[in-house]
Amino acid sequence: MSDVTDIGLWGVPLAIIGGAIRVSTPFLFVSLGECITERSGRINLGLEGTLIFGAMSGYAIAVNTQSPWLGVLGAAFFGMIFGLFHGWVCKFKGVNDIAIGIALMLLGNGLAFFFGKPYIQPVAPDLPAISFGWWSDIEQVRAALQVNVLFIIGLIIALFLAWGFKSTKIGLTVRVVGDSTDAARAIGLEPNKIRLLSTAAGGALAGIGGAYLSLYYPGSWNEGISSGQGLMAVALVIFARWNPINCFWVALLFGGAGALGPALQSVGISQGYYLFFAAPYVLTLGLLIATSSPNKAMESAPGELSITK
Amino acid sequence: MKELATTPLPSQSSLGILKWVPRLEFVAIPIFAVICGFVIFSIFLVLLGKSPTDFFALVYKAGFSTAFSWQNTLSRAAPLLLAALCVALPAKLGLVVIGGEGAIALGAVAAGAIGAYLTNVSGVIALPILFLASAFTGAFWIGLVGFLRIKRGVNETIASLLMAYIAIAISNHLIESVFRDPASLNKPSTASLSEALRVGAMPIGIDVHWGFLAGLIACIVSWILVEKTTLGFSARIAGGNIRAAQVQGLPVAKLIIGFTALGGAIAGIAGFYEVTAVHGSANASVFAGYGYTGILIAFLARHNALAIVPITIMLAGFEASSGLIQRRMDLPDATILVFEGIVFVTILFSETLYGRFRFSKHEYWKAGV
Repeated sequence: MSDVTDIGLWGVPLAIIGGAIRVSTPFLFVSLGECITERSGRINLGLEGTLIFGAMSGYAIAVNTQSPWLGVLGAAFFGMIFGLFHGWVCKFKGVNDIAIGIALMLLGNGLAFFFGKPYIQPVAPDLPAISFGWWSDIEQVRAALQVNVLFIIGLIIALFLAWGFKSTKIGLTVRVVGDSTDAARAIGLEPNKIRLLSTAAGGALAGIGGAYLSLYYPGSWNEGISSGQGLMAVALVIFARWNPINCFWVALLFGGAGALGPALQSVGISQGYYLFFAAPYVLTLGLLIATSSPNKAMESAPGELSITK
Repeated sequence: MKELATTPLPSQSSLGILKWVPRLEFVAIPIFAVICGFVIFSIFLVLLGKSPTDFFALVYKAGFSTAFSWQNTLSRAAPLLLAALCVALPAKLGLVVIGGEGAIALGAVAAGAIGAYLTNVSGVIALPILFLASAFTGAFWIGLVGFLRIKRGVNETIASLLMAYIAIAISNHLIESVFRDPASLNKPSTASLSEALRVGAMPIGIDVHWGFLAGLIACIVSWILVEKTTLGFSARIAGGNIRAAQVQGLPVAKLIIGFTALGGAIAGIAGFYEVTAVHGSANASVFAGYGYTGILIAFLARHNALAIVPITIMLAGFEASSGLIQRRMDLPDATILVFEGIVFVTILFSETLYGRFRFSKHEYWKAGV
């Protein structure tokens, strides 16, 4: 052991852990957002578009103000606007939330690419990261434990949401609306208004997830910035059983599987890259098959959710 | 006297032609919605200091005015027609299948991989083999979605979405490893098909491949299947109320698996034409998102197979005009995406208008007569 940084195969798990933390953050935010929306009984498939618009707007604002945090706030704001629009349109009778979601995905992408053209070249300031690897001399350990502040904020939001759904009046209100529109009406709640606000909150979180993509990792704005994290959030939330804490773990798992390919490539294993990338989807599908039943709705699913009825 | 006996009930006969008026909403509402979309997009352009008249003139010019523009439009329409049916057919049973992209990808790989081995076989024999291989692959993949729904109660929307990602991963893997043509360095592809296995243009004077005709036929046949056969009738009953259909003794499980498999077969055929008529081999360009655009088209057509045709052609025309608009109006290529997004949202929004107007109710016209 002449060279301390030559850690051989140990580099693989380290790269996966580091990669999982880096790659999972957008998954975490989008899935928490989708979790709020679905808990209120709606599904928003448009979060992919919201994510990409968040990435663009966050980057553009950061370039112009030189403040990445203003970029994050701006992305959350625009995400909220998309969410508000989805929530408002879906209130009307006969409007299909899945179809509107896909149309908004296209519109979000279109608007992001349209207004994002001038921002492909300029460089925006990055979001800060905290080094949790200061105790180690090994380069790879320190690299793996560079944790972005947004990841920690995401974790705090997940804990807060879990507590909120369980113990606050707002959380209970969202759950009642999600479980039964009729019951909610009977106790004097306005389901449409609560779903509107839940979808808006979901959009805002998805926007932040997008800002992370463009402002930290990969850390630049271009049209191929998302690899479908927004669309996958829908599956992720099901995997997580509509539980925010589980969302955190599942996001890490999805992130880790995404990091597996590059990590193996770094030690010379380049075959099967795509299959590793698909691992979380196979896992989610397997879980769905194992836990679904032809006779009843999925356990712990919101009762009004169209996709689990 | 004989005539009197065969005359229908007076209240209906007195309606005469007017009984068709309520049907008008199926034409009037979408047209109204498209116009609203055009107006909103025009406002968007005006705010950016661009001329909406220029824009629409260019869309017409590039998409619909000359033989060349029709060639552009119809070539783009072929995969979309087939992809939309993969959504519209299962939708008749109340299923929202959004994973057609996966069937297109696997269908393309099937055609590309098998075609690579049929180098010395004449097209008359080989092309039907590839066609069937693509169709069966797609049918298996989306049929599996229906099977999981029946056997395990797995939600078809999520299952098909997940399976689309899995299918693309499998396709990428196969193209990069087992079936990779060593000569394809920068862009992994299967081996180029021999000339005999290329599907050419239809003899209509413009360069549009046979996939467009396949798409048209698939739409017409699907419409007949759904609207004019007992099978389609059973499917529509089951789509309206699955429990009631089961009580009636309809084979709901077979219908669901059959319709999902048929939709998948049609999407697989889209993959076949992408490989044999467009790219000449299977590579990542084949899964360019046709499956997802197909979802929107099917919803816009309200899952009516015949309505898919005009909507697809409209959309394909929009997309064909992208390049010209970029050059002439100095706008980004995403302009068309914004335009489509706005039009889609207004059309889907207009769903809420059905049944709200007095002219759309039979009673209104009866009272008037």
